[in-house]
Amino acid sequence: MSEFVYLYRGGERSNSPQQAEQVMQKWVAWMNELGEKGHLKDRGQPLELTGKVVRGKQGVITDGPYAESKDIVGGYTLVAAKDLAQAAELSKGCPIFESGGIVEVRPVMEM
Amino acid sequence: MEPGDTLFRRDAGRMVAALTRIFGIHNLALAEDVVQDAFCRALEVWKIRGVPESPSAWLMKTAKNRALDALRRERTARTFAPELGRLLESEWTLVPTVEELLGPTAIKDDQLRMMFSCCHPRLAEQAQVALVLHLLCGFSVGEIASAFLSNHSAVEKRITRAKKVLAGSKRLFELTDRDFSRRLSAVQRALYLLFNEGYHGASPESAVRVELCREAMRLALFLVEYPPASTPSTRALYALMCLDAARLPGRVDASGNLSSLFNQDRSRWDPKLVSEGQRFLERSATGSELSEYHIEAAIAWIHASAPRAEDTNWKNIVALYDQLMVIRPSPVVALNRAIAVAQYAGPERGLEEIHSIQNKDRLARYPFYAATLGELEHRRENYEIAHAHFQAALALARNPMERRFLEQRLESCKLKA
Repeated sequence: MSEFVYLYRGGERSNSPQQAEQVMQKWVAWMNELGEKGHLKDRGQPLELTGKVVRGKQGVITDGPYAESKDIVGGYTLVAAKDLAQAAELSKGCPIFESGGIVEVRPVMEM
Repeated sequence: MEPGDTLFRRDAGRMVAALTRIFGIHNLALAEDVVQDAFCRALEVWKIRGVPESPSAWLMKTAKNRALDALRRERTARTFAPELGRLLESEWTLVPTVEELLGPTAIKDDQLRMMFSCCHPRLAEQAQVALVLHLLCGFSVGEIASAFLSNHSAVEKRITRAKKVLAGSKRLFELTDRDFSRRLSAVQRALYLLFNEGYHGASPESAVRVELCREAMRLALFLVEYPPASTPSTRALYALMCLDAARLPGRVDASGNLSSLFNQDRSRWDPKLVSEGQRFLERSATGSELSEYHIEAAIAWIHASAPRAEDTNWKNIVALYDQLMVIRPSPVVALNRAIAVAQYAGPERGLEEIHSIQNKDRLARYPFYAATLGELEHRRENYEIAHAHFQAALALARNPMERRFLEQRLESCKLKA
């Protein structure tokens, strides 16, 4: 088994609690399923959609992260899978797709 | 959690009530925003982290922090609850005041206050019910519209207008108000209507309807547990709800079809609710006041205590309907009375009673008016006439369950004709 990070990008955050609750239930169900099958290493963390970007030798600080807010990483999870193909396959159940977001699947670098 | 229950349903009402108490009724919209925001943030976190052991406590904590933010931020721009004014101004008293007001005892009182505030005399009964559902039970506009089979924008307008009336009143209704007992009967009425909408209402989904009944009972229990509100009529109302709710599991048979009172499998009735209802009915029998809830609860008790449909004491039921016609006459009550008459005096007498109902035209859109005529004609073996009545009822049916029920009756007319 190798480790992979799911980066959750974009996807609407609902401002209706009723809808948000349904979405939350779906996420919890999906995560639990990953857990039961032994793929969940660390649930990870949700991230605020705001922040700062620091760049250059001078360390210029700007509001961030990026102009294209639809691509912002809104959270991450650490999973275990046989290979990259399986990790990608497993992400298909993620409820983020229902709200137009994407999952970026990145292998954790190994030696 | 029970099915259909959501965190929002369970917690939003008490959080809005508590925050409105702190912010003042004129800042109702701010209280709703803070609650909504607290929920959305919590849900966003739980999506990935999972739901914690006691979500309600976390939600309350989040709401408290958001409320403190709002109080500090808006202190100069807004006035909050006038009676708390000075306590909220100083940092010394702000946090302890808010913490106390978000404690469990205060929150119960706040929900009572909110309930009484929602039943404002300037609001129509339907608006009061919608507002109670929205603010105290956390139902969205869409959920209310589907529960009452009415259209979304009409419900939205009704609620927006009702909130304006509410926000325009100077403060939340105080439980020590001189008007307490008059307002109490409005609250009872709103909860009665809410329960009835669940019990007899048109929504095709029985899950939705059970929820309406359950919410009505939850709020009625607040009244029962608050001594000044726990009058004989409040107890009778709660008894009525228990006794009716006890029969809910029998109303739909194993194949999901509507089952009439006469054919229900009575072993499926909930004995706990029956005895709870009986207990409250006994406790309601004090004082001189005989409310419509007393009478309806007594009728429900006769049904609930009859082991078989044929054991029902119909004469007593008719006598109770006679009393009800004095206190709160309506064509529906008269129709139910006629059905009871038919049970012991035969279908001809029942039909006579129906024909002499005043304001019959108000029953024209009610499918069970035509269905009752059909039932009685069926019993007289006038199958063709019965068929025509059931056909008329079918055209008025409000949901697939009613439709299926009436189709079966039509089928039975055809088989016998």
